[in-house]
Amino acid sequence: MTTVTTTTGGIRAPRRGSALAARQRSGGPSLWFLLPAALLFGGFAILPLLGAVVLSFTQWSGLGTPQWLGADNWLWFVTDPVTYTTLGITFAVMFGSLLVQGPISMLLGVWIARSGGFRSFAGLIFFVPLLLSSAAVALAYKNLLDPNFGLSTQDGFGWLAHNWLGDKNTVLIMVILVIAWHFVPLHTLLYQGGVRQIPASLYEAASIDGAGKIMQFFTITVPQLKYTIVTSSTLIVVGSLTYFDLIFVMTAGGPGYATRVLPLHMYLTGFRSAEMGKASVIATVLVLIGLVLSLALTRWSGFSKMKSQQEGM
Amino acid sequence: MSTTTSVDPVRVTAPPVTAPPTKSAPVRRRPSLFSKHTNIPGGLGGALWLIIVVIPLYWVLTTSFRSSTTFFSDAPLSLPSEPTLANYVKVFDSGFFGYFTNSVIVTIAAVIIAVFVSLLAAYTIARNTHVVSRTAFSLVLLGLAVPLQAAIIPIFYMLSQMGLYDTLLALIIPSAAFAIPITVVILVNFLRDIPGELFESMRLDGATDWTMLWKLVLPLSRPALITVGIYNALGVWNGFLFPLVLTQSPSVRVLPLALWSFQSELTVDVPGIMAAVVMSMIPILTLYIFGRRQLVAGLTAGFGK
Repeated sequence: MTTVTTTTGGIRAPRRGSALAARQRSGGPSLWFLLPAALLFGGFAILPLLGAVVLSFTQWSGLGTPQWLGADNWLWFVTDPVTYTTLGITFAVMFGSLLVQGPISMLLGVWIARSGGFRSFAGLIFFVPLLLSSAAVALAYKNLLDPNFGLSTQDGFGWLAHNWLGDKNTVLIMVILVIAWHFVPLHTLLYQGGVRQIPASLYEAASIDGAGKIMQFFTITVPQLKYTIVTSSTLIVVGSLTYFDLIFVMTAGGPGYATRVLPLHMYLTGFRSAEMGKASVIATVLVLIGLVLSLALTRWSGFSKMKSQQEGM
Repeated sequence: MSTTTSVDPVRVTAPPVTAPPTKSAPVRRRPSLFSKHTNIPGGLGGALWLIIVVIPLYWVLTTSFRSSTTFFSDAPLSLPSEPTLANYVKVFDSGFFGYFTNSVIVTIAAVIIAVFVSLLAAYTIARNTHVVSRTAFSLVLLGLAVPLQAAIIPIFYMLSQMGLYDTLLALIIPSAAFAIPITVVILVNFLRDIPGELFESMRLDGATDWTMLWKLVLPLSRPALITVGIYNALGVWNGFLFPLVLTQSPSVRVLPLALWSFQSELTVDVPGIMAAVVMSMIPILTLYIFGRRQLVAGLTAGFGK
């Protein structure tokens, strides 16, 4: 048994000193194992996020060296009317996505959670949109919705004949619907998983008590899915701050400012108008909104998690 | 003899460890209870959504086989009257294979880096209770809550300063970095389910950190690694912002960006664009057909718990 070290390890590292006895007993590895991830994530995610705050106080075109400017960019952000337009659009996309994706995903998730030939087949197909890149989805819909050669020229689809993406009154709704088409599968999967964890005994008890299907859906399924609802909503909320590529390819933020969400505003300000300082202000605001919203939702989800577990008993 | 003692525990306890991912299997049988009654409104709703999902896909596919002339004369949902592969040939001729190769290189490199450094970190977070490792986990969780895209301008600055702008490495590094939070969370959730006694007994046998990593953590976490690898691959493969901001030349162009530039080059050639869209989907659809279970597990693993 004394030859263990050499036989177990193909790698012959020296044995550790007794100073780390406690850690060794638990079998935990050295903290050095954190280093590669820390360097990569720290260097290319956390540091840049902090860098955005610094850059927001500079003037920089993207070439050369950033020049210190002070609070001018922040003043611009607060006074520019476009800021409030884009904030409004961002939240419209957020709430629109919650309202459209939430109920559809929950109903589909509940439906495909149970086995059956057609359901399994449908589940297979439902998933496909999620596999496509946002660029692909955007290009497909951009052309599909074209009033001149798109789907509306098919017999029976004449009601689709409208310049959906060119009309500033309809473009935002269309964007929200296309985003839903793309991301409903993800949330359907979450709900499917959630439904499958609901104990069947709850339904048995309810049907003995004479509760109908619809009654069971609202008194058992929905309350039991509370945690899934919060998870899915958090993903939609944080996701709304990142739906950049799909909108960029489909409408480029237009017509006018009609679909200029905050991340797109950041990109266009920074890389099209060469105002990296101003764009960094938008980046900082994006991070702040994301942090506030997800902290609020996490707090709420912790609460509801406990509650739903109690209700499950 | 000692070799067997150190390997045995792994083999013996493997079934309970691999149990979590298949946890849903026994549960899945339960629902047959409900399907005694067919859910007619559910079936109708499901069929409706199926139509909504299929029509655009069908349109993209059939359009990609139409010639530029029949595209305007055929009804959008009819089968192509003169099916042609010309669009695919055109896409191939415009450098598709190069973009495809770039996408493959970036995806594989970013995923391997992300999964490897995340496995090291997850192993530490799951097994080392030091305050540093707990803080690291909090930071990782925070990383999930923040729209990381906001870091794009400083990333652009840093990579330009490093002379990496317009290289594949400029895509690989940040893609790997951004994949770390979700990867660590999924792996930590998984590694925490491995019984602590396995680690303790291996440690008592004198195993080093690296030995435990190769002989215990790596083999046991394979299902989770595949899951998280596929999940990240999907994200990197479809990523658009990094290529858009950090590259410029066609020689380092990846597929999603290529699609976008096809659109600006071909504008009115819709069948050509759709052929490019179809070709960009093929690798992921293939992956879906062969690795559907892992892919689905991967997409929910991070959020399901």
